[in-house]
Amino acid sequence: MTRDLRIQTSYALLLAALLAASALLVRQVDRVRADEPLQEVLYIPSPKVVERMSLGYSGLLADIYWTRVVQYFGSKHQAKAKQYLILEPLLDMTTTLDPKLLPAYEFGSVFLAQKPPEGAGSPQGAARLVEKGIRENPASWKLYYDLGYIYWLELKDPLRAADAFERGSKIPGAHPWMRVMAAALTGHAGETETAIYMWTNIYESSDDKVLKANALNRLQCLRVDSEVKILQDRVDEFTKQNGRTPTAWQELISIGLLRRTPVDPKGNLYRLVDGRVQVAQPDLFPFIVRGLPPGQESGDLPGTSGLKIVKK
Amino acid sequence: MIGRLWAIAYNTFREAVRDRVLYNLILFALLIVGSSALFGQISIEINRIVLINLGLTAISLFGIVIAIFIGIGLVSKEIEKRTLYTVLAARPVRRWEFITGKFLGLVMTLTVNALLMSAGFFAAVMYVSHGLGRGDLQLVVAIYFILLEFVLITALALLFSTFSTPVFSSIFAFAIFAVGTFAQDLRGFASMTPGMTRWIMTGASYLVPNFASLNVISQVAHDTAVDPKLILLNTLYVLIYAAAVMTASVWIFERRNLK
Repeated sequence: MTRDLRIQTSYALLLAALLAASALLVRQVDRVRADEPLQEVLYIPSPKVVERMSLGYSGLLADIYWTRVVQYFGSKHQAKAKQYLILEPLLDMTTTLDPKLLPAYEFGSVFLAQKPPEGAGSPQGAARLVEKGIRENPASWKLYYDLGYIYWLELKDPLRAADAFERGSKIPGAHPWMRVMAAALTGHAGETETAIYMWTNIYESSDDKVLKANALNRLQCLRVDSEVKILQDRVDEFTKQNGRTPTAWQELISIGLLRRTPVDPKGNLYRLVDGRVQVAQPDLFPFIVRGLPPGQESGDLPGTSGLKIVKK
Repeated sequence: MIGRLWAIAYNTFREAVRDRVLYNLILFALLIVGSSALFGQISIEINRIVLINLGLTAISLFGIVIAIFIGIGLVSKEIEKRTLYTVLAARPVRRWEFITGKFLGLVMTLTVNALLMSAGFFAAVMYVSHGLGRGDLQLVVAIYFILLEFVLITALALLFSTFSTPVFSSIFAFAIFAVGTFAQDLRGFASMTPGMTRWIMTGASYLVPNFASLNVISQVAHDTAVDPKLILLNTLYVLIYAAAVMTASVWIFERRNLK
């Protein structure tokens, strides 16, 4: 090996060793900093100022802020955080820098609307964001669709939801069932039939396997809600006739109140506990509001319990 | 006259092409354009939007940096190296031909650079979108507007280069670029002020170069078509404004004592 080659090799080895050492140190630094709280700070809180500072390249800045939104939401969501302090300001910043960035409204409203720890628990903020999106993108019917669901499912305001679906249905290209939803909500606010209609539409119109499976699960939960209501009416009828609660389904069958032993959509027998109808395995039906064991009952509308807004 | 203009323009182009810094900047811009395809994947549903925003912004900003850093040295370097005296004294070259030739040479350099960066950009768009469609013609319009930006900023850098040092010229050029992006806001502010200030502010807002209307990056990122009338008006505006700035440059340079 010549002297020159030795020197070159030494330099290369030294460089490789130093770079490896620095990489190891970075790993250690990351471990030390892992427990540091997330920075809940917007250094420049005014979207207008950031827009001015972008020198016309506001589209790129909006993309950067949107990426920050996704990462902020992801990290808080993973940590099962109870508060998402800068989520709404970050979304406002993103949509001011690029008012046409539709995914920021569509996904941002989901991030805002869901209850903690799934989201920020701010359905009002979600509605504000989507209404801003509608002002900036009046031709996007999907934003009315999002707004309708936020009013209906999160804010429990079926009339405003119907108004949003109605306005959206007038936009060229809007999905035909927007109008039907508007009518259904106006006439039958919050009824199970409306929820069944909605989830059937989602099941039939979506190609997404996860979404389809979710819609199917919702429909099964709605069926449970509906069946439990009917069964409970029969049990109450038996109690009224006999002055005592039934102890088994057979008692209802023997006097003609039921034809056969009732089973839920998963094939399990419904339970009869102290005159109350219950599902055998509540974990299989995460969205039911009826048939739950005592202490687990929900006050939500049928088909809307713990509902996450879905995208078509 | 055309021959002399071409000779100066070609020499300016050749000199710029020899500059290693230029290659570094182009390489860096291409890396950013390429990485934007990956950057988009960490955001939800906006891969293509990120690619277009980041790619076109990189082409625009790097081009402006190149235009300013080369533009500010075009005259001062020649004075420093004393080559200007040789050109103007020993050859039948007029001062206005020298300035115009330098301007054309730098615009040529920037156009070639922009085309190189655009080739990388379109390759990335094809990768993300699995091909190119008719709608992608709008991207060509955005790149054309970026070239118009280069024409304006080159003329301005050259103007400052005729009477100031390179450091101050670069500061002036960056400042006027920044102010130019606020041209529309300035008119808005002017309309809110009373009396004489209003007239002065309005005049100033029309005097600064209107870079704002040349930036359609966000628009094309959302596949929104650019009005053909805007293409025509922007082209005419840049030609007239650049001609005005070049006239000022030549005027100053003609009066300058080079001995």
